[in-house]
Amino acid sequence: MGRVSLFITCIIDQLYPKVGLAMADVLERLGYEVEFPEEQTCCGQPAFNTGYREDARKVARHFLGVFRDAEYIVIPSGSCAGMVKHHYAELFSKEPETLEAFERIKPRVFEFSQFLLDVAKVEDVGARFERVVTYHDSCHALREMGIRQGPRRLLSHVRGLELREMEPAEECCGFGGTFSVKFPEISGGMARTKLDSILKTGAEVVVSVDSSCLMQIQGALSRAGSRVRTMHLAEVLAER
Amino acid sequence: MPAAYQEKIRETLANTKLLAAIDKATHRLMDHRRSAIAGDGLPDYQELRTQAQAVKKHTIENLDHYLEEFEANVMAHGGQVVFARDAGEAVEFVADLAKRKGARLIVKSKSMTTEEIELNDRVGKHGIEVVETDLGEYIIQLAHERPFHIVAPALHLTREDVADLFTDRLGVERDTVIENQTRTARAVLRKKFLAADIGISGANFLIADSGAVVVVENEGNARLSTSAPRVHVAIAGIEKLIPRAQDLATFLKLLGRSATGQPLTVYTSFLSGPRREGEVDGPDEFYVVLVDNGRTRLLADREKRQSLHCIRCGACLNHCPVYRKVGGHNYPWVYSGPIGAILTPQYLGLSHESWLPFASSLCGACAEVCPVKIEIPKLLLELRSEVVKSEAREPKRRMERIAFRLWAWVMTHPRVYEMVGSAAAIVLDGHAVPALLNRGPVRGWTSQRDLPPLPHRSFRQAWRKRRKERG
Repeated sequence: MGRVSLFITCIIDQLYPKVGLAMADVLERLGYEVEFPEEQTCCGQPAFNTGYREDARKVARHFLGVFRDAEYIVIPSGSCAGMVKHHYAELFSKEPETLEAFERIKPRVFEFSQFLLDVAKVEDVGARFERVVTYHDSCHALREMGIRQGPRRLLSHVRGLELREMEPAEECCGFGGTFSVKFPEISGGMARTKLDSILKTGAEVVVSVDSSCLMQIQGALSRAGSRVRTMHLAEVLAER
Repeated sequence: MPAAYQEKIRETLANTKLLAAIDKATHRLMDHRRSAIAGDGLPDYQELRTQAQAVKKHTIENLDHYLEEFEANVMAHGGQVVFARDAGEAVEFVADLAKRKGARLIVKSKSMTTEEIELNDRVGKHGIEVVETDLGEYIIQLAHERPFHIVAPALHLTREDVADLFTDRLGVERDTVIENQTRTARAVLRKKFLAADIGISGANFLIADSGAVVVVENEGNARLSTSAPRVHVAIAGIEKLIPRAQDLATFLKLLGRSATGQPLTVYTSFLSGPRREGEVDGPDEFYVVLVDNGRTRLLADREKRQSLHCIRCGACLNHCPVYRKVGGHNYPWVYSGPIGAILTPQYLGLSHESWLPFASSLCGACAEVCPVKIEIPKLLLELRSEVVKSEAREPKRRMERIAFRLWAWVMTHPRVYEMVGSAAAIVLDGHAVPALLNRGPVRGWTSQRDLPPLPHRSFRQAWRKRRKERG
C-alpha cells in the first residue's frame, strides 16, 4: 500500500474532529499507513475567496512546505482540494519557484472519495449503516473536482443504507465561505430551499463530502427544529 | 452592502408570492434548456460551446479589424454606422435623428443595450414617444419598471398582476386570460407600428463579412419594428460582432436552447441596409449605432475581457441560486444575475456598488451552463481581489484587512493556531455563543442558523490521544 498524509481542513480540525478520525479509520482499514503532519493549518481559501490574495499566498506556501514530501495527500473536502488543485496555479502564476513546488505536489493531492476510487480502487469499504440517507453535491466537489458518481457508488455498497436522491441534489446550500456571513439573509434563504429538498426525501441523514456545506445544512436543520442530521461521507464509510 | 439594498433584499426574501413566481419561471426555463440539449437535442453541445468561445475570443481580440469590416459592409449596402462612445452619444444621435425626421413616435423591439443607455426615458424627454413592442417589455414599460430578467423582462409578474396593470393603464376590463391580454396588447401595438416614424431594434449578432444585423425573437414585433417605419436604427454593443455569416450557425444553435430551450426562435431576421429597388418592404434609411459605454476598457485585460463574450441568453440567471432569492430588481444595474455581477463593476467602474462581486456563493452553476463558457466564478474572484486592493485604505475594509492579515499570521504559525483554537474551546466549552461575542460575522451566522457545538478536542488533539492510546 502506501503512506497517506491527512490534510485536515481547519473546519474539521476545529469543529468536526470525528470526520478526520473516521477518514483515518477507513484508510487504515484499507491497509494504508496514515500520518498527520502537525505543522498543517489551512489551505488559504477563506482569504482567497474574500479577495485577500497576498494573505492566501502566505498560507498556501505554508501548505506546500508542510506536504512537500508526502506520498499521498488526502483531503476530506471537495472545496479545499479544489482550492489546492485549481487555484494555487493562479495564485502563484508570478512565483515560478512556488509554482514548480505546487506542480510537483499536485498529482498527489486527492479528495477523499476520489482517493478511494482512483488510487485505492475500492468501492466497497465494508461499511454498514442502516439509515435512509440523501447525498448533497457540494458545488466545489461537483464543479471544480468533477465528483458526482463517486460518493454515490461508495454509498451504494454500504450495507443497510438506502440512498434517496433529493431534487435537485446539485443546488448550492448557500454556504459560500464568507458569503454566509456577509450576506446572511441570502445565504439563509438558500439554506432553507435546500432544507425543503432534503425534507421531501424523508431521509434521516444528509451526507456530503464537504463539512462546510454540512455546517450550513445542519445549522439550518437545527434552527428549523428538524431531527435530520448531517454526516460526512467518511463518517458513514467508517460505520460498521 | 448599503442598507438600502439590504432592506430591498429582505423585502424580496419575505415576498413568498414573488419568490414562487421566480422559482416557477426559472425552473421552467432550466427544464426546457436541459431537454433541448439532452440526447439527440444537441449531441455536439459541448463542442459547440468550445467553438462559440473560440469565435468570440478571436473576435474580441481582433475587434478593431472586425468593426471596420462591418462598417464598410453596412455602408456598401447603403446603411450608416455611428460609433457612440457612451450612452449620452447614442441617445443624442437618436434624438437628433428624430428631430431631423420630424418623428413623434418610435417603436422598438427588445434590447438590453437600449435598457443600458436608458434610451426610452432619455429620448422621451425630447417629447418623442418611445413604445416597447415586445410583450414582456411592453408590460414593464407600462409598469414603469426595468427588466427583471435579461430574456424574460416581466418574469416576476403573474397574469393577475398584468390584468390589474392593463386595467389601470389601458382602461380595459380586467381579464386574467393570457391570450386575451396578448390580444389587448396587440391591438394597441398594431396602431403604433403603423404610425411610427422610426423603428429601433437591438442586435443579437453583427456579422462583419456581410454587414448584417441579426435579430432573434418570438413575437414578430422585431420584424415589424424594423420594416414598417421609414427609418430603422439598430443599437448594439460593439461586442456583438462575429466575423462571418457561417459562424452564426454555432451561436444560433446555442442561443435559443440556452435561453428558452427552443432549438431556434420563431423569427430570425437578417437585416442589411435599407430597402433596395424592387423590394416591397424595409426602411428607407438604415443606421447601426455601435455603443462602447465602458466596453473598450475591458479589452486591455486578458482575463476579464471574456466578459464581452456574453450573448445574453440569461441561462446564468435562471441557474443562479442567488438570483432566484433576490430577483432581478435588487441588482444595481440593468444586467442582473451572475453576468450582471461581473459586467456592472467592469462597465461602471470598481467603485460602483463594489459589494456586488461578493454577493455570490461561488457555486459555479453559471459557468456550467454558459453557452460561451465565460468563467464567471473566476472573474468574480478576480474582481473581489481588485476591489479589496482598491479599497485597502477605506475605513469599511480596515477591520477585514487587519483580520485577514492576522489570520494569515496565525495560519502560518501552527502552535499559535492550536492555542487560539484551544482557547475558544475552553471559553465556549459546549455553551452557546455569549452575547458579547455574538456580533459581526458571528451574528451574521447566528441570525440564520445555529452554530455547531464546539468539540472538547480539536482533531490534532484527538489524534495525539489516539496515537498515545495505540502506543
